[in-house]
Amino acid sequence: MSMHARNRTILAGATALAAALTLAACGGGSDTGGATGDAGDDIAVAAGDDSCDVAKADLDAGTHRFTVTNGGSKVTEFYVYADGDRVMGEVENIAPGVARELLVQLPAGDYETACKPGMIGDGIRSTLTVSGDAPSLSQDETLAQAGTDYQRYVQSQTGALVEQTTAFVNAVKAGDVAGAKALYPVARTYWERIEPVAESFGDLDPIIDGREGDQAEGEDFTGFHRLEQALWQTGDVSAMGPYADQLLTNVQEIATRANDVQLDPLQLANGAKALLDEIANGKITGEEDRYSHTDLWDFAANLEGSQAAVQALRPYLAENDADLVAEIDDRFAATGQELAQYRSGDGWTSYDQLTEEQLRGLSDSITALTGSVSQVAAVVAQR
Amino acid sequence: MTSDASRDPRRAGLSRRRFFGLAGAGTAGVLAAGAAGGVIGHATAADPTAAGTAAATDAVPFTGDHQAGIVTPAQDRLHFVAFDVITDSRDDLVEMLQAWTAAARRMTAGQDAGPVGAVDGGQYAPPDDTGEAIGLPASGLTLTIGFGPTLFTAADGTDRFGIAGRRPEPLAELPSFPGDALDPARSGGDLCVQACANDPQVAVHAVRNLSRLGAGVVSVRWSQLGFGRTSSTSSAQATPRNLFGFKDGTDNLKSENGSAVERFVWVADGDPGADWLAGGSYVVTRRIRMRIEPWDTSTLAEQEQTIGRTKGAGAPLGQQAEFDPVDFTVRAGTGPAIPENSHVFLAHPTNSGTAILRRGYSFVDGSDGLGRLDAGLFFIAYERNPETGFVQVQKNLRMDAMNEYIQHTSSAVFACPPGISGPDDWWGRALFS
Repeated sequence: MSMHARNRTILAGATALAAALTLAACGGGSDTGGATGDAGDDIAVAAGDDSCDVAKADLDAGTHRFTVTNGGSKVTEFYVYADGDRVMGEVENIAPGVARELLVQLPAGDYETACKPGMIGDGIRSTLTVSGDAPSLSQDETLAQAGTDYQRYVQSQTGALVEQTTAFVNAVKAGDVAGAKALYPVARTYWERIEPVAESFGDLDPIIDGREGDQAEGEDFTGFHRLEQALWQTGDVSAMGPYADQLLTNVQEIATRANDVQLDPLQLANGAKALLDEIANGKITGEEDRYSHTDLWDFAANLEGSQAAVQALRPYLAENDADLVAEIDDRFAATGQELAQYRSGDGWTSYDQLTEEQLRGLSDSITALTGSVSQVAAVVAQR
Repeated sequence: MTSDASRDPRRAGLSRRRFFGLAGAGTAGVLAAGAAGGVIGHATAADPTAAGTAAATDAVPFTGDHQAGIVTPAQDRLHFVAFDVITDSRDDLVEMLQAWTAAARRMTAGQDAGPVGAVDGGQYAPPDDTGEAIGLPASGLTLTIGFGPTLFTAADGTDRFGIAGRRPEPLAELPSFPGDALDPARSGGDLCVQACANDPQVAVHAVRNLSRLGAGVVSVRWSQLGFGRTSSTSSAQATPRNLFGFKDGTDNLKSENGSAVERFVWVADGDPGADWLAGGSYVVTRRIRMRIEPWDTSTLAEQEQTIGRTKGAGAPLGQQAEFDPVDFTVRAGTGPAIPENSHVFLAHPTNSGTAILRRGYSFVDGSDGLGRLDAGLFFIAYERNPETGFVQVQKNLRMDAMNEYIQHTSSAVFACPPGISGPDDWWGRALFS
């Protein structure tokens, strides 16, 4: 969590906006998002640990249903990306042996599908070509679509957040220390991807994501980091049951509230930058996960969340500042490459294994990326 | 600081690349706007070397045959910064140098770093100036750039930006000297900028804005704040004292001594790298920590014998006044008045056989955790060739009595190109053309 109060103001009025803007019927939907739409087909996706076979590579414009079956041994995710990794639709948290559906509305264009076994990296990609109608939207419609798309993204993240937090707290309560340690960074990934949205609820954020020492006098140290401390520092979670229950209750509450959040374009732009600031302030310093040193998981999640927010705005930005879009693409790619050096098995190198020189490389890439993303707000503010 | 109101505030939202594009085209307008501004009138003073009597708030001209900040009368404050270049793209590096030049041109004239200004842009864009210099005059700000040996050739021999063949032979890592305790993390660097001003906030503002503009292209490797110039570079200036409490720089090269400056400071036609470096110079920096506590408990006699001058007047030992000639034949008792292992004896041009232009500053970087000040002299020397300049002097200091009281903790060398010639020129143009 950030200690900067300004982050909490990013979403001021966001919930009010939600009432004004309804979920557009033309928006995509996921099985957790409650979107509507009729699909005339059912495209099978066979997801494995090293494969992602999509039954069709050419589609007609319209709404499609993908059924993603995870035949592998790792939790996977499935995305449909437009140019620049703009998320058109996604299904999170597909456990081994489970099948999940994705409804997504695709205008004509060139897309990519991606499975992400282990939830990490660029994923296993295939091209997807959609032909037929490509409706021309006005600039206002394009911006409104960005808010709708991002709201769907938030909903699919909060759905997975609740599921994985449930698994995590169950492991804690069962005294399964190894299992809980493995689930901790996974559950946090969904939190960190939408951190500015979560932080907008100032009453819940501190009790879910506060760090030791951040509490006011008389307040208890609770949430993810309380469990993290017990798991890594003492390995004794026998007294953690009440904290585990409370964490799940609060996460469920935040998920409910976050589903009503719709961001206007300016809030999206500022939220994308706020996620990068989270990396600069909390992850590069190792402060976020000071017991587990799983900071690079959170780093990757913040980065993905920032990219999702910026790319929701992409159609508008491409029309109004193509140079900036190109620069942002370059710098997201550069940061992704910098981070990818520290992949380790199905996860990330522990923070305490990184050298000063490696941290500086990560820091330099985030500084450059933030400089570019900070230009987005002025472009969307021109409307 | 003034700002250029003729620009559309919306341009504050331009991407970095297009800001760079504007930077070159905008310079003529910037100059024109500057000439109309009150503070800027001073910027047209014809000769920076004759500006010894200028007010401390005045602007120092940015353009000229040589870069400002070398023979310019030493200002009171320093922020020196060394950068690593973190891109492989020569184009990005060149664009940044152009943007830096435009920003430096503006800031040395007492203006905001960018054409829009700290507060005149739109509400939704980060301001193109950071704002802490609003209302402050130019304060004699000079920004002096240098190129380190590693900009030309990487440690593994890679020609990083297609300029390896243009590295002048004297631009090489300095040899190690006895007693060196160099910290690699604050030594070296691909680029440097020396920011000097009579107001520390103005110098810091300049370095901060150049660092900001360089995001994605450069990364600050190390930087050093300095206060209290420790050398005079003009005979119009009184000689200041360093943290040993002694006058420092009495016999420094002075801007008024044109022939010595030509001979010892400026790279001349026929020198290595003269095709791009003629009219420039080399800068050597050494962070010299002083062992303050042992020094403070040494006797006055020990201190004066160590330096070779009196502590009060700054006179050479055996003489009366500061500017009395340094005469190594004068005797006191059974030996020479100026001991042969004193700093003045060994460093003086008579015995070192060369001269350098010193431009250092005192520093205090807090304490060292052992209850001792982390303080000393950030030594800066400009010379025509490091080998026959700093290196030659330093080799002669092996037996210097002062070594007991100092430790060199960082080292760097950079080649500083000649001055900016006019509105279309930029830092490094001759090197990268």
